[in-house]
Amino acid sequence: MGSEMASDWIRIIVGLIIVLAFSQLNALFLVWLERKVAGHIQLRYGPMEVGPHGILQTIADGIKLVGKELITPLSADWKLFVIAPVLVFMPVLVAFLVLPFDENLVIRDMNLGVLLIFAFSTLSVLAILAGGWAANNKYALLGAIRSVAQNVAYEIPLLLAVLSVALMTQSLRFSEIVAAQCRVWFIFLQPVAGLIFLICATAETNRAPFDIPEAESELIAGFHTEYSGMRFGLFFLAEYTNMFIVSAVATALFFGGWHGPFGFSFGLPGIVWFLLKVYILLFVIMWVRWTFPRVRFDQLMNFSWKVMLPLSLLNLIVTAAVLKFI
Amino acid sequence: MESQRVEPVIKFALLEDILNLARANSLWPMTFGLACCAIEMMAAGASRFDLDRFGAGVFRPSPRQSDVMIVAGTISKKMAPAIQMLWEQMPNPKWCIAMGNCAISGGPFEYDGQYAIVPGAHLIVPVDITVPGCPPRPEGLIQGILALEDKITGGEHRNYLRRFRRMGGRG
Repeated sequence: MGSEMASDWIRIIVGLIIVLAFSQLNALFLVWLERKVAGHIQLRYGPMEVGPHGILQTIADGIKLVGKELITPLSADWKLFVIAPVLVFMPVLVAFLVLPFDENLVIRDMNLGVLLIFAFSTLSVLAILAGGWAANNKYALLGAIRSVAQNVAYEIPLLLAVLSVALMTQSLRFSEIVAAQCRVWFIFLQPVAGLIFLICATAETNRAPFDIPEAESELIAGFHTEYSGMRFGLFFLAEYTNMFIVSAVATALFFGGWHGPFGFSFGLPGIVWFLLKVYILLFVIMWVRWTFPRVRFDQLMNFSWKVMLPLSLLNLIVTAAVLKFI
Repeated sequence: MESQRVEPVIKFALLEDILNLARANSLWPMTFGLACCAIEMMAAGASRFDLDRFGAGVFRPSPRQSDVMIVAGTISKKMAPAIQMLWEQMPNPKWCIAMGNCAISGGPFEYDGQYAIVPGAHLIVPVDITVPGCPPRPEGLIQGILALEDKITGGEHRNYLRRFRRMGGRG
């Protein structure tokens, strides 16, 4: 029993170190990729001069952010203000616990893994609200309120879309859901749920065209208006890690996880397939951001409550009926 | 206004160099324009001139997250307090570029008996770099940003990160 406990702790500590290192490196790479994608979509080059093709640009940005002055506004609730950037990053790390990178490459394969990820990803909204409220700035507060309204609206169709997948596999364990897709990916069996999931995930991570919580043209910088230096950097880091997590969940639920297309792996290990699909999805999210204009707030809410919610409910009912009678 | 830069008591030479190298190569300007020079500033950020190549293309909407204030255009007396407030809201270390003749000395609007403009950004904020022109071309602004990078790192030869080197001309 004792050695089992010890090996469990070693597993957790090693996993935590790997997850921390990976999430930082991934955010550095994604910020650079975002600027390159933005550049090339706008017929520019993006970062070019700092390192070959600007690959060191985000490292320079990171060091600069660490060296900036940290401003806490005089009228702010400073305890909440300081703790909010840390709070926003914590649930992101927890989500890495259950992501199935490969058949045996999971920190902890829980039987409620899917539930755990969505339960914790909801917490980051709370941190955003805390940050926006504590800054005591009208733009920050408006941005935070919008973020909460948007997340509540899009959480429901997102979960209903996930539920229809869970109905098909009769499981909330990631490894079982991925194993069920070894021949056909669920995006082909559940195209509506997949599309709803992708749209809602974009809205959940506050990405354009749903980035109204930080709409520059209306709300200076939204909930992080008053944050400077590395505190702002942490919000940024959390946003990009969140993007990675929603893409990873979409890969595991709809795009076959570590499986290659239609059961052919072409000799590549599962983690290569998994990361390949995740980064393709991330590229699509960036592509959408730089080609679509921002929607208005009422359009956003109407779209969620009047289109996405009935559609996902209908999809769930049809799935349940088909599973019952076939 | 005299520039008030307080020297640190203890100096960490290598650390300061690394920090300055990072700061010079990641100058985020504030999204903020006053007159026609701002149009040239936007052009400098867009596809033909692309400030983002030098890492200076992230125009931050909030002063809390920006490093350099580009005063682009005529400063009217009504606008001056707002500019001063924005400057004070920026976290240290911060820099200021006065872009165009109006921001340098009032330009064509400065004459005897004028009552509407502030003749020069240096009267309200400490200016590091001036970019002359009416308005300056986007290349001029890029030259100004490069000059600011040189000022931060202490010379172009010390900017080890940046691959771009100016060919000929005056530095």
